[in-house]
Amino acid sequence: MKFFREAVTPPYEGKEILRQCYQVGYKSLALISLTGFITGIVFTKQSRPSLAEFGATSWLPSLVGIAMLRTLAPLLTSLISAGKVGSSIGAELGSMKVTEQIDAMEVSATNPFSYLVVTRVLATSITIPILTFYTALVALLGGYLNVTMAESTSFSAFVQSFLESITFLDITASTVKAIVFGFTIGMVGCYQGYNSSKGTEGVGKAANSAVVVGMFLVFIEEVIATQITFLFRT
Amino acid sequence: MLQKAKTENPKTVITIRDVQKSFGDYDVLKGADLDLYEGENLVVLGRSGTGKSVLIKIISGLLTQDYGSVNVLGSEVATLSTKELTELRLRIGFSFQNSALYDSMTVRENLEFPLIRNKKNLGRREINNAVETVLDAVGLLQTINQMPSELSGGQRKRIGIARTLILQPEIMLYDEPTAGLDPITCIEINNLINEVQERFKTSSIIITHDLTCAKAVGNRIAMLLDGQFQRVGTFEEVFATDDDRVTPFYDYNFIQ
Repeated sequence: MKFFREAVTPPYEGKEILRQCYQVGYKSLALISLTGFITGIVFTKQSRPSLAEFGATSWLPSLVGIAMLRTLAPLLTSLISAGKVGSSIGAELGSMKVTEQIDAMEVSATNPFSYLVVTRVLATSITIPILTFYTALVALLGGYLNVTMAESTSFSAFVQSFLESITFLDITASTVKAIVFGFTIGMVGCYQGYNSSKGTEGVGKAANSAVVVGMFLVFIEEVIATQITFLFRT
Repeated sequence: MLQKAKTENPKTVITIRDVQKSFGDYDVLKGADLDLYEGENLVVLGRSGTGKSVLIKIISGLLTQDYGSVNVLGSEVATLSTKELTELRLRIGFSFQNSALYDSMTVRENLEFPLIRNKKNLGRREINNAVETVLDAVGLLQTINQMPSELSGGQRKRIGIARTLILQPEIMLYDEPTAGLDPITCIEINNLINEVQERFKTSSIIITHDLTCAKAVGNRIAMLLDGQFQRVGTFEEVFATDDDRVTPFYDYNFIQ
């Protein structure tokens, strides 16, 4: 509740939010690009034989697209972000806590919660959905690369096939899910860091807990989100 | 023991009455009484773990006492709203034991940080002037673009003091300002504390174990023993005793 109250209370830290968005995106981009691309290739390669048995290889773009957009892209992006960004937030705030930098902010009449926590949680909530769609796009490219190795297909036909198979619900559900995942990763990282103690040992624990708890919650949320989306779909 | 003021009718800027604070079963402060008068440097001495840092954290609102009253510049700290506490904090400077510089920011950004957030009417030129003035006051103008990790312990202490001075506080709270520094740097920090008192007209509480520092900067000394201020007065008055809880401080610092 404190987060929402502080998020709407001035002063607004726009510049710091933008800086954090850049940090979150920049830190994860290389790994997400690689993982998304490889997942696209592997998923297409593994799916092809099964579809070929039914003479349905033309469904590959739809299959890859739907799988990536609905589940794999949000999940992959969030898990990578939990590892890269969540741990970084946990360690950074944990270190600031044990070296009294957060206290120093407080006594200099600056609200550390607003400056440190709100900005980071908003940044992960904004950036992870963007990264999710980026992951889906890169995975699609990987899938296309694999498809073109086996048969001649134009990229526009591949994309067209993918676009025809996805619905507005797919896009909305993925966006909402990615926002929730981003919020969770940011919140868990900040909570662990902000409440760390016992010196450098506490900083290590904060970083570790940010990853473990963050990933665990993302999986739980994925299961719940899939159930809810399924209800909407039926 | 009676507390002696520097002048005849001094104005009290901090009044502490019967303050008690415990952490679990451990009673740290057991009814501490103390006054800080306007314009004076008051040194708080005591063994490790006797609650010296806890006391200044209570004064600045970082901790809340379990019992008793802490009145700072006419405000009862524990009863203030968040907004009122923020306003009060603008009038108090806190120099941390480990400097607590923001290690992801340069010296300039460290100093600008409280200013940009609390003096929104200031332009870029005025901010630059304020930063350069306080850096000059602590003699470290040349470090303006350096990162905290590139500074020595003494330099970090000075920058930490400069960061608190930039908001022009009326009260300064120094937590172990000379801890971990070599004797020459200690003398420089002591001189700086005295310069700050003279130039910025601040009233200060200085927490220390270092009797050389206490003697150099303190107008009065308050000795925290068993959770209470049992000896308060000038340096000579405080140590004119054969109390075996007090004499080891003097013996260790001046005889050894």
